[in-house]
Amino acid sequence: MPHDHDHSHDGAVPHDHTGMSPSGHPYRPDQDTALSYWQVMEIAVRELAVERGLITPAEIAAQIETMDARSPANGAAVVARAWTDPAFKARLLADASEASREMGFDIGPLRLIAVENTDEVHNVIVCTLCSCYPRNLLGLPPDWYKSRAYRSRTVKEPRRVLAEFGLTLPESTTVRVHDSTADMRYIVLPARPEGTEGMTAEALAELVTRDSMIGTGLPRSPGA
Amino acid sequence: MAAPTVSEPQLPVRARVRVRSWAAPGHIRTPWYLRGREGRIERALGAFPNPEQLALRQPADPVPLYRVRFTMAEVWGKAAETPTDTLDAEIFAHWLEPLDAA
Repeated sequence: MPHDHDHSHDGAVPHDHTGMSPSGHPYRPDQDTALSYWQVMEIAVRELAVERGLITPAEIAAQIETMDARSPANGAAVVARAWTDPAFKARLLADASEASREMGFDIGPLRLIAVENTDEVHNVIVCTLCSCYPRNLLGLPPDWYKSRAYRSRTVKEPRRVLAEFGLTLPESTTVRVHDSTADMRYIVLPARPEGTEGMTAEALAELVTRDSMIGTGLPRSPGA
Repeated sequence: MAAPTVSEPQLPVRARVRVRSWAAPGHIRTPWYLRGREGRIERALGAFPNPEQLALRQPADPVPLYRVRFTMAEVWGKAAETPTDTLDAEIFAHWLEPLDAA
């Protein structure tokens, strides 16, 4: 079995080989097209800023590393605390920015709103104009979040989109779509799964998925 | 387009509003699909620098920002997937026409 190919062909189970060479090496097509206008603009602005001493390449690399280091684990810790600490949950729903800072997450000037899923209401987040996302708590957005399909369809047919994520909601549940059009960012506070009584916040955080905080999924069930 | 000012009256929660149908050029953070649609104020968010001025590198006036809740029936009409589902968006005050009698 070639390296990087983590399954066997012996069982002849059909599987997708997109992005895999015939010899079993992952690849993506070389980016041999010309740079776009905005790619050229980004390179030009970056090089000018470096030349003029406004910023160093090391600072740019460090900022990229900081952005890459943020993960949904931050948001999961916030959600798990809200599940176990009713006073914190109240503060989170009243002012999610302040509640996140209270937990030590450096969210900068970010203005955050937490929206709560209940038996009656399911919330889902989208940014139709660009790709606004609570990066400080969830890290970089998944690629699909930025796609035209997700952005345009979620406001028009949210139930079909959610069903494609494997989440079919009963008609009795109201779907609330939140389009982050301006200065706010949103995080979904999912409902605490059943069968989790007595679990610690640390153990509960393991159940909180990224998608459950976007609203395109639900938290894991314990033992699942 | 009217120049935004901070002195516009504060809209109370649940006040009915209509999003203006302006077709203004430039960097606009009012989605096309909501222009002309009627909704209700969900909450006031405070004042934020007007993005239309920021985009032109002009000094930006603080403008009250609101979260407005629309029903899917209002946004999409007969094409709504589930008419009673809702859509919330942030809309700046100068894009909102109050509908309730003062």
